[in-house]
Amino acid sequence: MKKSAFLGTLTVAGLAAGMVSAATLDDVKARGELNCGVSTGLTGFSLPDANGVWSGFDVAICRAVAAAVLGDATKVKFVPTTGQTRFTALASGEVDMLARNSTWTFSRDTDLKLDFVGVNYYDGQGFMVRKDLGVTSAKELEGATICIQTGTTTELNLADWFKTNNLNYTPVAIETNAEGEQQYAAGACDAYTTDASGLASTRASFADPENHIILPEIISKEPLGPAVRHGDNQWADIVRWTLNALIAAEEYGVTSANMEELAANSPNPEVKRLLGAEGDLGVMTGLDKDWAKRAIGVAGNYGEIFAATIGEATPIGLARGLNAQWTQGGLLYAPPFR
Amino acid sequence: MANVADVPKPSFRLSMLLYDTRYRSLTIQIVVFLLVMAGAAWLVDNTIRNLQALGKDFNFSFLGARAGYDISQRLVEYTNDSTHGRALLIGLLNTLLVAFLGCIAATVIGVLVGVLRLSKNWLIARLMTVYVEIFRNIPLLLWILLIYAVFTEAAPAPNAFRVNAETGEAATSMFLDAFAVTNRYTAIPNPVFGLDLGWLNIGLFYVSVDFLLLVAAIVVGFFLNRMALRRATRIQEATGDRPTTWWQSLLLLVGIPVAALIAMGFHFEFPELKGFNFTGGLNVSNSFMALWLALSLYTGAFIAEIVRAGVLAISKGQSEAAFALGLRPARTMNLVILPQALRVIIPPLISQYLNLTKNSSLAIAVGYLDLRGTLGGITLNQTGRELECVLLMMLIYLTISLIISGLMNVYNASVKLKER
Ligand SMILES: N[C@@H](CCC(=O)N[C@@H](CS)C(=O)NCC(=O)O)C(=O)O
Repeated sequence: MKKSAFLGTLTVAGLAAGMVSAATLDDVKARGELNCGVSTGLTGFSLPDANGVWSGFDVAICRAVAAAVLGDATKVKFVPTTGQTRFTALASGEVDMLARNSTWTFSRDTDLKLDFVGVNYYDGQGFMVRKDLGVTSAKELEGATICIQTGTTTELNLADWFKTNNLNYTPVAIETNAEGEQQYAAGACDAYTTDASGLASTRASFADPENHIILPEIISKEPLGPAVRHGDNQWADIVRWTLNALIAAEEYGVTSANMEELAANSPNPEVKRLLGAEGDLGVMTGLDKDWAKRAIGVAGNYGEIFAATIGEATPIGLARGLNAQWTQGGLLYAPPFR
Repeated sequence: MANVADVPKPSFRLSMLLYDTRYRSLTIQIVVFLLVMAGAAWLVDNTIRNLQALGKDFNFSFLGARAGYDISQRLVEYTNDSTHGRALLIGLLNTLLVAFLGCIAATVIGVLVGVLRLSKNWLIARLMTVYVEIFRNIPLLLWILLIYAVFTEAAPAPNAFRVNAETGEAATSMFLDAFAVTNRYTAIPNPVFGLDLGWLNIGLFYVSVDFLLLVAAIVVGFFLNRMALRRATRIQEATGDRPTTWWQSLLLLVGIPVAALIAMGFHFEFPELKGFNFTGGLNVSNSFMALWLALSLYTGAFIAEIVRAGVLAISKGQSEAAFALGLRPARTMNLVILPQALRVIIPPLISQYLNLTKNSSLAIAVGYLDLRGTLGGITLNQTGRELECVLLMMLIYLTISLIISGLMNVYNASVKLKER
């Protein structure tokens, strides 16, 4: 009798310790720190500097969420994940959210039990080759050796594309982007394939970027976005609307510089709602009125973040393209703040 | 007399479970058993609840779904349209291939080095000591990465073998026009049968009929040779003279398979640079080479120590007796020492084979798609079936290990001291 009571307690204690919690917001607040899954290192997207401080386009999303939830953009623990480990890290509760060049696909959203909360970069898969190879189109890659990160959509797209084009290739499986760079630079593969943004970033980190070209073919749609665990709607809402706040801020011309002033004097009620000067949108998600202001305050709106991390003025030099606001011919379109 | 009955019969008290040595060990065992079971139950229960919380179920139907990814080294046919189950098979065969070749190479290295380390030649003995100590004391993963890096960084790209149209020369040329070590793979000649007798479906995959005939020829030669040797022994026992058999053996063991090969038009196709890569020959990937070499050299160092210990375990009197009989050192080693040393060597050797096989799962470090890379890597990741994949992988490794140790135990039984 006594023994079984003891075992019962043990079981319950163990369960409480080992369970993935459904209330991520409470966990993050209690911990005082946001665990954010990022890539192991991709210039412009997520990369630690010499002092171990992370920065980049994906990192900015994590920081914005931390600022919105915890009021402090530095309270983030960045967890580097590879293509293979990222979803397990999220599912197991090791990280609260992923901001890691992850493509929103049907099976990831459903079968893998993730929730993609939006798209922070509209991308597509491309190929990079050395210029002296004399290749100008991906269709000329018959028989080539191609480096590819495992556990990605990239490897599936590649298989499909070569099959539909009736071409042969030899895949070289690699684990991280750094390994891919090294293999490609050593000539162990003729071409390196991944998301075009990743290629631009990889090329920018080479000593001789001018000797490499990105082929014109874009063989897939890769909407990259932050993801959270399926089943915690409140947390998903928070991350989703933090991203939307950054995008909407750009649309309405709200920047980190003019934010305070607009909150006080903007004639646009939508801007006032976004910045918490009117209504209490933040409270509806379980945060406070000023959450979006804090998020935008970290590194500015979507456009400012883009320009500072991966934009045309940076070595990566990505044009806005599809990632321009819908008013500028792009696909970015934040739902109304109302 | 009457008081005897008054002595109280020791009745059983609960405290005796703890203080009475007759019961104590039983009590401890039961408690430990219950704790272990409770631990296991907790793990299972926790898993089930967590799966429920994530909304995931537990089933293996994903093995029948289309894999969608390509694997460069495949011993049997596979395309990205094949199933995840098929990808598992490809990975398993890759694991078995590197483990099998690794065990062979490690044994050869180990026996050579182990014996040479006992050599009276100071230089050779020291060199072997250096080899053993270096390989034993540096983690295997580093060796794999190092050898891989040497291949990819130091070897020329396939492009370097291209003949420049103007100068008529290439930066690098092939070895004997048949081998090319590149920074991607080593291109070697591909053995082919000119006479294609078709392929036989043996359930999981197809086997070349030519290949089966070759195996049959080798087996037949082997048995005929055994018959010839028995006959020689009979004659020896009857007359005291042993007829010379070496030419018969040669004919049977080598002649028959060679005749079969010639009949089936066996020849080599040589690698040739076409487009980006060598084609025609066999391209043995650097990831395989690095893994295989590192596993063999690393495990070989351990086996060398086992062999040395086995040889040293045989008392000096044995070799002295052999020398007294006039046996030369090499024959003493082969006929007297090694057969006895094997009894000491085999059991730890089994563990080394098992280690090598399990260590082969480090393949992921160089992108060699073994079982860990296919089932435990890409399939796991693309389907999100972590638990199923890992359990299945553990089961498969366990099975392989049990089979290896079973086979080795059979061999051990055949060499161990037979007491009459
Ligand atoms: N979008 C693809 C590919 C993601 C991916 O792995 N991208 C690479 C290059 S763009 C990356 O982030 N690498 C960084 C790393 O290796 O940690 C996916 O979600 O499967």
